[in-house]
Amino acid sequence: MIRVQQEDFDVGAEIARLTAGNRAIGGLALFVGLVRDMADREKIGAMTLEHYPGMTEKKLAEIEAEAQRRWPLEASLIVHRYGRLEPGDNIVLVACASPHRDAAFDACRFLIDWLKTEAPFWKLEETGAGPRWVDARDSDDRAKKRWVAD
Amino acid sequence: MKLMYFAWLRQKIGCGGEERALPAHVATVEQLLAWLDTLGPGYRAALADRKSIRVAVNHEYVGAEHPVKQGDEVALFPPVTGG
Repeated sequence: MIRVQQEDFDVGAEIARLTAGNRAIGGLALFVGLVRDMADREKIGAMTLEHYPGMTEKKLAEIEAEAQRRWPLEASLIVHRYGRLEPGDNIVLVACASPHRDAAFDACRFLIDWLKTEAPFWKLEETGAGPRWVDARDSDDRAKKRWVAD
Repeated sequence: MKLMYFAWLRQKIGCGGEERALPAHVATVEQLLAWLDTLGPGYRAALADRKSIRVAVNHEYVGAEHPVKQGDEVALFPPVTGG
């Protein structure tokens, strides 16, 4: 399941809804991304996440379908926020449930790594020197490439 | 053609999107960027660093040689930074 939303999410409630009634699930792995108050040793006041409505949902659905093709998942969920967020706020939730833990862990890691290089979101940070667009990281590209040869 | 701009491309061009009639000589992404580059200083500033621009045609990532046509939705944006 995919959701792109401005409002916050409740991790406990999301997990409860995702696993409700499914007794085949033996393991659930999740990743939650939060807003840091530091970037490149600079203090961040807040950030604004911009996205491309339509393409965002399409890319997230494709990435989720790819994870379900690669691993025996019983359930999966991606929730990504947009708009203005402050340090400590939730940005993204990725959860994968499977009969066994390996698939849940691997699929969860795969989803966040791919999402970071494929889903059309952009972060604008508020710094002491003014607003600044976050640059894409080479480490994110490398993290994604780990999954390409699979 | 529907053109969409995001992040610093949107700021430099000065709008988030626009409708444009495609000139007859524009048939690929590369030709589209070259044509947009002639439309004014904002476009020129936004398109100066081509390797920092990603292009999506109808919500799919494409390369410079990909064809474009009048009914397409073409988006220009920097490398993504979500998650």
